Amino acid sequence: MANRLCPVSNDHKVYDMTKGILGQKVGMTQIYDESGIVIPVTVIQAGPCHILQLRTVERDGYEAVQLGFVDKKRPKGRRTQSSQASRSERGHVADISSKRTKRRKSAGVEISPKAECEPKHFIRELVGETDGYEVGQELTVTALADVKQVDVTGTSKGRGFSGVMKRHNFHGQRATHGVKKCHRHAGSTGMSASPSRLFKGVRMAGQYGNAKITVRNLDVVRVDAENNLILVRGGVPGPNGGYVIVRETNMV
Amino acid sequence: MSQEILQLVEKDSLKDDVPQFDVGDTVEVHIKILEGEKERIQKFAGTVLARSGSGTREMFVVRRIVAGEGVERKFPLHSPRVAEVVVKRSSVVRRAKLYYLRDRVGKAVRLKEQRRPVSG
Repeated sequence: MANRLCPVSNDHKVYDMTKGILGQKVGMTQIYDESGIVIPVTVIQAGPCHILQLRTVERDGYEAVQLGFVDKKRPKGRRTQSSQASRSERGHVADISSKRTKRRKSAGVEISPKAECEPKHFIRELVGETDGYEVGQELTVTALADVKQVDVTGTSKGRGFSGVMKRHNFHGQRATHGVKKCHRHAGSTGMSASPSRLFKGVRMAGQYGNAKITVRNLDVVRVDAENNLILVRGGVPGPNGGYVIVRETNMV
Repeated sequence: MSQEILQLVEKDSLKDDVPQFDVGDTVEVHIKILEGEKERIQKFAGTVLARSGSGTREMFVVRRIVAGEGVERKFPLHSPRVAEVVVKRSSVVRRAKLYYLRDRVGKAVRLKEQRRPVSG
């Protein structure tokens, strides 16, 4: 995406994609509306997020807002574990006087502003207009208060190497009538001597799940600014506790 | 932590005065039914066979015999449509689920009455 030779043209922008927030899926439950109808909802704990960086066309070739969610632990001793923020991660969010920064400063290079917050666990960019955003700004769920529908992006539950019945909803084969040890197999995958090869893209067994999935156009049922919660109607990809991106929908 | 958040979310949908009844009770469920503009109350009387679920998802099953045929209805306890649950009679039961009553006909369906001190 970050291609200096091919900057994003402003003419093509239709949606304000930056209207969004990062969150964590809490779980599903159901609530009643005024008329007594049950609404199945997914509870997402969203924000507060810090804006860590703004991408600009001049420097990066595209415009985006970089958000960070959930503080990452700082290492206690000298050794940094993978769950703890490394020096580069700490330097990303705050000014730590590194040799390189000092060298660049003395050479007269302008150092980009820092958010001056704790290092973050979950960092994602929302591509789009960056007007009205500044580095270090804290975004809360109120940013989505007037939004009716959202798109939610998450990482789906991993199902490992799965067969065609689970992965592609194939019917498998019959339980009886002479089927031998092939009850969950796919049928034929192609033709014979002509073309004597397998076409590309034939659906077979393989890795299923653990992929980036977006569910679009989910109704926002409630935005609870006090507890940083957003309730959307329906399911959201990933396990409880998984990180998600909640954006205003781009569906027309 | 996540359970606490879910309870917080459900709090608004829970009834303030939850109907008090047990499995085995003979109850009368008052259901609000919307007919066009008008709202009326329909009653369904029978024995509580089971209660299940928790929070906003709590449900209960009521069974009665209509014209010799067993009829069961499952209600969401906290639904605003379930206006009231009136306990007519309590029974001595030793199971949490009285599904065995489904296999019984006639006199065998009866449960032994439990006398309770009248509160209030």
